[in-house]
Amino acid sequence: MYHKTSGYKLFYAINLTILSIGAIVCLLPLIHIFAVSVSSNAASTGNLVKFWPIGFNLDAYRRTLDSPDFAQALWISVSRTALGTALSMFLCFLAAYPMSKVNSQFRGRTAYSWYFIITILFNGGLIPTYLVVNATGIRDTIWALVMPGVVVVFNVVLMMNFFRGIPKELEEAAQIDGANHWRVLFTVFLPVSLPSIATLSLFTVVSHWNSWFDGLIYMSNDKQPLATMIQILVQKQDYTRIEMNVSEIAKISARTLRATQIFIGMLPVLVVYPFLQKYFVKGMTLGSVKE
Amino acid sequence: MEPIRAKWNWKTNWPLHFMLLPSVILLFIYSYIPMFGIIIAFENYKSYSGFVHSEWVGLDQFRLLFNDSRVTEIIGNTLFISLGKMVLGWIVPLAFALLLNEVRHMAIKRIIQSFVYLPYFISWVILGAILTDMLSPSGIINQGLKALHIAPVFFLGDNDWFRITLIGSDVWKEFGFGTIIYLAALAGVNPALYEAAEIDGASRWRQTWAVTVPSILPVSVIIATLSLGNILNGGFDQVYNLINPLVSAKGEIIDTYVFDMGLRQGAFSFSTAVGLFKSVVSVILITITYRMAAKFANYRIF
Repeated sequence: MYHKTSGYKLFYAINLTILSIGAIVCLLPLIHIFAVSVSSNAASTGNLVKFWPIGFNLDAYRRTLDSPDFAQALWISVSRTALGTALSMFLCFLAAYPMSKVNSQFRGRTAYSWYFIITILFNGGLIPTYLVVNATGIRDTIWALVMPGVVVVFNVVLMMNFFRGIPKELEEAAQIDGANHWRVLFTVFLPVSLPSIATLSLFTVVSHWNSWFDGLIYMSNDKQPLATMIQILVQKQDYTRIEMNVSEIAKISARTLRATQIFIGMLPVLVVYPFLQKYFVKGMTLGSVKE
Repeated sequence: MEPIRAKWNWKTNWPLHFMLLPSVILLFIYSYIPMFGIIIAFENYKSYSGFVHSEWVGLDQFRLLFNDSRVTEIIGNTLFISLGKMVLGWIVPLAFALLLNEVRHMAIKRIIQSFVYLPYFISWVILGAILTDMLSPSGIINQGLKALHIAPVFFLGDNDWFRITLIGSDVWKEFGFGTIIYLAALAGVNPALYEAAEIDGASRWRQTWAVTVPSILPVSVIIATLSLGNILNGGFDQVYNLINPLVSAKGEIIDTYVFDMGLRQGAFSFSTAVGLFKSVVSVILITITYRMAAKFANYRIF
């Protein structure tokens, strides 16, 4: 048994060390930023904070959450995520059903698959898309953040593969009872596919929450989602949008405030991450490794 | 089965088309009309004339593009950055997956996995902000270097270091997620192969070379091949969130240039031409690499 040799034991120890360093390197930046966000003004301005808070306090959080601008951006992020995910999943669910049929059962399927594939391979690029979104009159409304990417072809493919795995007997039994396609979809397929809908929804939630570029180009300042707001704040090093009076600026350093916004910005992702992790390994391999 | 088949004919199939209708319409509006809008790369686009009625200038924008030394420079930057990401982004996950595969304590393995997958899900806005803070001259990394008596490095303000920072941080964000596919392939290796090798007296090292590596080689070749389609993708989100005027000479990539010329400076037609050049090269590469993957490894997406 190779496990028992002293050479392998040495390798195992070194291996665990390397892997642990890899894991810690992935986590430390997040811990650092959190530590800065809850540290005292002097400690964070003086770059004293490493991975443990110095002079623990939540003033920056209180200040940030009290700001009406921040609340507004948070609200836009939440609503675009809820609306975008719901619509996107509904369309995906509807589209995956016909695509899961075999060609002989659904004439025209091949044409539809090309119609979808072409949109993955090729796109109009930034400027034409921008001009079209403007022309459809949804600029500066929540729809500009929802509609342009609402059909996620990759999700349709994943859902389609899932539908194909549902035993044919379920569908055939419903057909014998006289069910049409609508009934099959909503009374047979919907209940069994709830877990996969939940999985894809989580991914869609994360991608909506993280989206910032559409907010930057389609929305005016007061209507930007949180990700865009943080992007602008950090890039411009401009904190004027979180209004404060002079005495408060003295109390809370710009760095602490920025760290706080960064941490709040990634908090939802951290919260859904454990649930996400349960599923994405399956999702990834479902899309890429096929027998 | 036959009577059931017969029941599902054209008359009962209309709901299938109806279910696809909303997606088809939305893709038409937000994907196909913009594709048609690429026509402005051959025009001198004016917003009051629209896609169709703007002045037709043929290949003028492309002539302008290929004679512009800045564009050549930016294509060079993009190639350098994306090739670096591609090579390291291929080796690091592969190596990490091989090492992780040796861990027999499932709890430890799972904890390491949870940590390394995490950065993948955080956006470049957040990570860019964190890196800007950590890599600044007074940031925690430079403090660490100082403690080790190493001269401070201006990661985000020095042209050469900036590219290295881009490649390094991209690998850092993505490598964990990249291991998933390899771990799946490794889990599928038949344990009998290891047992047979062990009976033949192969050491663990020998087993790795003779059993493990060959079993994940096909997957890793596919991944390397398919990543070639991204050769002109420097990674807009990352570069946009880290770039600053000090490093635009060597840090600007095609996508950030398109954004800058198009939406900041209003050169709609010119920047569409730049974007079209990138898309055409990418589509050609994707088609070739996909065919190669399909031919040699029997890989298919649909």
